[in-house]
Amino acid sequence: MSTTQTDMQVAGAHSSGDEPGLERATFNMLLSGVGGQGVVLASYVLSQVAMAEGYDVKQSEVHGMSQRGGSVTSHFRFGDHVWAPLVTPGTADILLAFEALEALRYVHWLRPSGLLVYNAMQINPSPVAAGLATYPPEIDAQIQRAWSNVHSIDANGLAQRAGTIKAANVVMLGAVSDALPFQSETWEAVIRRVVPPKTVDVNLEAFRLGKEAAEK
Amino acid sequence: MTEILSGNEAIARGAWEAGVRLASAYPGTPSTEILENIAKYDGIYAEWSPNEKVAMEVGTGASWAGARVLVCMKHVGLNVAADPFFSVANTGVEGGMVIITADDPGMHSSQDEQDNRNYAKFAKVPVIEPSDSGEAKDFIKLAYELSERFDTPVLFRTTTRTSHSKSMVELAERPELEPLSGMTKNWTKYTMMPQNATVRHPIVEQRLLDLAEYAETSPLNRVEMGDRRVGILTGGAAYAYAREAYPEASFLKLGMSYPLPERMVAEFRAKVEKLYVVEELDPFLEDILRAKGIEIDGGKDIVPICGELDPGAVARCLHGAGVPGVNEDLLAQPTPVADDLPGRPPTFCPGCSHRPVFNVLKRLRPFVSGDIGCYALGALQPFNAMHCSTCMGASISMAHGMAKVLEPPRDPKDKIVAVIGDSTLFHTGINSLMDVAYNKGNILTLILDNRTTAMTGGQENPGSGQTLLREPAAMADIPGLCRDMGLDRVITIDPYDIEEVERVLREELAYEGPSVVIAKAPCVLQFKIKRAPYRIDSELCTGCKRCLQAGCMALNLLVDGNGGRKVEIQPDQCAGCGVCSQLCREDAILPPNPGETGLKGAYAKEAS
Repeated sequence: MSTTQTDMQVAGAHSSGDEPGLERATFNMLLSGVGGQGVVLASYVLSQVAMAEGYDVKQSEVHGMSQRGGSVTSHFRFGDHVWAPLVTPGTADILLAFEALEALRYVHWLRPSGLLVYNAMQINPSPVAAGLATYPPEIDAQIQRAWSNVHSIDANGLAQRAGTIKAANVVMLGAVSDALPFQSETWEAVIRRVVPPKTVDVNLEAFRLGKEAAEK
Repeated sequence: MTEILSGNEAIARGAWEAGVRLASAYPGTPSTEILENIAKYDGIYAEWSPNEKVAMEVGTGASWAGARVLVCMKHVGLNVAADPFFSVANTGVEGGMVIITADDPGMHSSQDEQDNRNYAKFAKVPVIEPSDSGEAKDFIKLAYELSERFDTPVLFRTTTRTSHSKSMVELAERPELEPLSGMTKNWTKYTMMPQNATVRHPIVEQRLLDLAEYAETSPLNRVEMGDRRVGILTGGAAYAYAREAYPEASFLKLGMSYPLPERMVAEFRAKVEKLYVVEELDPFLEDILRAKGIEIDGGKDIVPICGELDPGAVARCLHGAGVPGVNEDLLAQPTPVADDLPGRPPTFCPGCSHRPVFNVLKRLRPFVSGDIGCYALGALQPFNAMHCSTCMGASISMAHGMAKVLEPPRDPKDKIVAVIGDSTLFHTGINSLMDVAYNKGNILTLILDNRTTAMTGGQENPGSGQTLLREPAAMADIPGLCRDMGLDRVITIDPYDIEEVERVLREELAYEGPSVVIAKAPCVLQFKIKRAPYRIDSELCTGCKRCLQAGCMALNLLVDGNGGRKVEIQPDQCAGCGVCSQLCREDAILPPNPGETGLKGAYAKEAS
């Protein structure tokens, strides 16, 4: 793991929360990934957790052609009052990337001290699969060079350990949870509510493994 | 109770709370989820109509019968529905009628970014624009009151960001409704012969004046005074961006973009030193203001007319014009860390039946006149086998026009091919096909029939055998329709059998006269079709890349340090269709069990 605990707290500290009378700044998070990876469900969980914690929430993603293997991004913002549903490049407190190339593609959306958490796996875009383009070589090293506050997670491996690779998105949520000002009880309650009943235990385990991996 | 809803979910909820009895639509991004959500509520009849014109007419009829109705479409759908839209704008309504136009600034999934506020002015009806989901729900309910009070359909404009963004919504309940019975015969209002229509026109003009008066005190419009040096007149998604970019400025926020409250605008103008108009796409508000002689200090001369706005764009353009008070965090504009990253364009799903068809079309090299649907991806690499695609249903009629003026084909590849899906055929392609039959066309029409409206997420259509409300339904028979129109050369093929696809298309390209080929197989995404994955014998793979011409995400080219090439199959991606295996000349791609043929032949019983 490439990030210290102190680094992880930077993003959380930004939402200058609990002092009465002081408006909490809007917290900006961008999620990026590939159609089918569960980016949209992860955003849904984040929104529900933030709402349960009493924040105003705005969240945005584009549907449509993105479901055919294209890039997917989701914008997630919370605070005392959120105006726009879109994060502006250069202002994201956290980039949660579900795939390495999609981390590199959007890392410049972070504000200078922002935190990148990414799933260290590769999914070839269709031009690469067809031999018409090449996947960036040594991408993990490229990401480390581009950004210092980085946390890479083997979300697919951890999800497999929890019981199903489909829970990789929940592993990612666990991995980013310490950088967000939400109570662990709220996370658990929301996960219990939104995932299919039979998969609750697997998803809670996936969340725990992600959180544990980020704390190492 | 508060919930986080998308704009589309909020509109559905608001319509239910407003006592809507009927909702009709044709799917189209970003509007589709409104009907999908409304179908979940009891007490509302909801349908996918074959196209937007039909949906508008179904809604109009129900309104005239006294029901509150919701009609939904994407922006270009209103072009299709313009005729009945103008009609009901003229006649007015009985039950409240709200028409959703979901515009797509930035063209996330559209062929243009037309600004449908213009339709409101054109048809002389009010247009309402929410800025987030909470407003979407509240404004919808108000829209029904306006519709009935002013005897007018109400145009309700969302954009991709208001339709698809989620925010907090306060929920309420639905009133009890009395049953409706019998039509009232008010023929002078609803029979638009010239003698009646001439009576309606002055009524419509007076209606606009009354609406403008209402706008002066409407809760839809509001002033938020802040720093008086900067006044911003805005609405819709642009309001949220402008608030973010200029948190201290004064705002006139218009929830009703037409007609405008002239006195309210003039009073606001007088209170602020400078007035800027921030709106997405056309200078719609700006032109009205200028025509009324209201002085503005910046509009489309500083705010881009093309593409979608966002907080950063609004901050940069106003700040660049010297407007004080910008939120400086938004000005950064960082550059990507690498400018040569491979893109991740959408592509056919693994197992998609369109892929083998475009593989063959690419090799046979005809001009392909395309249409709107997933199969438009056939225009992209590695196929590059679609050469025009514009609006719904146009593939066939445009191909017919081309063939009428070109020299008769000397070579099979000279024959023009129209490619259209089942839902688009039912939408408006059917009229075009009738034209080919009637006017002795000489084109090959290739219908890709996957039994669903796939591009927008798999909605039912007249060929699905099921309605939006999940009831069994009549299933339109495409070969039968073709024959009844007078087209007797109609051949159904198995798209997963590449030899058959190639043989039949070669024959039909060489044939003189109109013919129809129907490639029929269900959508793998919608019907969750996934078989055991194929595998590659890497001893036999020569790295020739012929299989990659299938353009499948499950195939991956591996290049070793010596430049040696092998293809691998990603088993979690592979749907087991077997198309790549048919393309391989080395027999290197093997089925999960000997003798299996993937999806080839899987639907043979359905072929006729």
